[in-house]
Amino acid sequence: MGGTHPLSQPEDKMSDLLDYPIPSDRAIEPPPEWAELRQQCPVARVRLASGGEATLLTRYDDVRAMLTDGRFGRVIPASGTGVGSQDDGGTFSNDPTGVMANEEQHQAWRRLVNATFTAKRVQAMAPGIEAKAEQLIDDMLAAGASADLVPSVAFPLPVWAICELLGVPEDERERFPYWSDTALSTTRYTQEEISAARQEFGAYMAALVEAKRAEPGQDLISELIALVDQNDPRLTAQTVIGTSMALLVAGHETTASHIAKMMALFLGDRSRWEQLVADPSLVRSAVEESLRFDPNAGFGMVRWVDEEIEIAGETVPAGTTVVCSLAAANRDEGTFEGADEMDLGRRPNPHLSFGAGSYSCLGQSLARTELQIVLAALVRKVPSLELAVPVESVPRKEGLLVAGFDELPVKWGE
Amino acid sequence: MKINVDRDACCGAGQCVLLAPDVFDQDEEGIVVLLDERPSAEHDFAVQEAVSMCPTGVIWVDRNA
Ligand code: HEM
Ligand code: HEM
Ligand code: SF4
Repeated sequence: MGGTHPLSQPEDKMSDLLDYPIPSDRAIEPPPEWAELRQQCPVARVRLASGGEATLLTRYDDVRAMLTDGRFGRVIPASGTGVGSQDDGGTFSNDPTGVMANEEQHQAWRRLVNATFTAKRVQAMAPGIEAKAEQLIDDMLAAGASADLVPSVAFPLPVWAICELLGVPEDERERFPYWSDTALSTTRYTQEEISAARQEFGAYMAALVEAKRAEPGQDLISELIALVDQNDPRLTAQTVIGTSMALLVAGHETTASHIAKMMALFLGDRSRWEQLVADPSLVRSAVEESLRFDPNAGFGMVRWVDEEIEIAGETVPAGTTVVCSLAAANRDEGTFEGADEMDLGRRPNPHLSFGAGSYSCLGQSLARTELQIVLAALVRKVPSLELAVPVESVPRKEGLLVAGFDELPVKWGE
Repeated sequence: MKINVDRDACCGAGQCVLLAPDVFDQDEEGIVVLLDERPSAEHDFAVQEAVSMCPTGVIWVDRNA
């Protein structure tokens, strides 16, 4: 099981597949298997936590080609290999919007949500996000000379931003972290806990949508409702509820965990932090490089291949679950010069951390804006920031699709 | 230099607008709109970045046109 070398196994021992995710005890280094797989076994058979087999892609070109191939979606039918250890495979088989199984419906849904979620809208949110980031940092600094960056900044900022966007009232936000955690879990929670949390979350959002219908505001939920009430055939009340749930889950856990991971990367090798303090104009490219470099980028993206195709010269049969490792692709030397070095000024940086193609991250403008704002604010306000413990001993989250840190102890000087 | 976009394949993530707001915009469905198909040389770098960052790869530049 865990830890067996992927390439040292005898060919005929089919039962001894590489376990995926590859067990790794390294906090900020990628597992060495990635490079070996890219070079020697770019189309690898693996066993997932569900017990089923899948095909793993690790090269940049193969991953990009798979993600942008419009033929393949991410809904795995019941007969295919699922991902988690729970009965229904967690997020993978749960589609709150009800549009993901069908490419046409998915495109129509994207266009609709895009209409309320453009780059301009995100830019208009930037001053508010900046004020919130400054306030969180000031509160952290006022409370002492050390703190845990996760509850003080990394977590509350994205929750605030997504709740602002959706129009969730300030005093109703405490349950979201738990709902979101359970929605993205592969092994941390029981099936009963997950079902109960989903029901509660659904009931809350249904009530919120009703409240917005009665009293619309300047927010995304109110705009979606207005579209429903104009009888837009693409929308039902259920889609509004599902879309709001999806945005909440997708919008905060990912961003919160990336803020913590990004800070661990910059502070874990403090010369990187010093470089940012000396030249804050590097913030934008440094954020992109932290997204590319992220060694804990989670599980990867799953696609259901329902017709035979060829990848890197190998035939992949119809009915295969394909896992695309974004993080392994992001370290491909063929695409990124000096791929295993962090280059804070790397431009352009076509990393795949937001996916690619028609399913790529809808919230990437918001995510980028939040990450740039929080990094710039920390560089400006707390140049003396450093980790309070060695980076290897920071506890990591296990069993969530979005890997990350539970805490990030930091300290600062005068 | 002439910029082309394939609006049918655009996923509306708006990266081009963040990178080169003088050249790209989004319509009411979030789909890319070309504001300036022959931008001046000062936008070259931003346009190149938009080409490489666009998640669907639907922006391309024709150097000879
Ligand atoms: C509207 C519905 C959905 C939204 C908003 C959504 C959002 C997201 C987001 C933001 C991530 C990134 C997590 C990360 O950074 O690692 C993600 C990952 C993923 N999603 Fe979804 N998703 C949705 C529906 C689905 C459906 C229906 C499936 C499959 C049937 C699915 C399968 C996956 C998989 C396999 C991952 C990779 C997990 C990972 O990164 O480790 N998603 N999703
Ligand atoms: C650093 C932060 C983030 C990362 C790394 C991230 C990553 C991703 C990835 C990799 C996917 C593609 C899933 C797939 O291909 O199956 C995705 C999808 C998605 N993300 Fe993000 N995301 C982040 C932040 C956000 C934010 C802030 C929002 C919204 C407010 C958001 C909303 C979505 C949605 C709605 C989808 C589904 C898009 C679709 O199915 O068409 N994400 N994200
Ligand atoms: S970056 Fe590409 S996909 Fe996104 S809006 Fe611009 S053209 Fe469309």
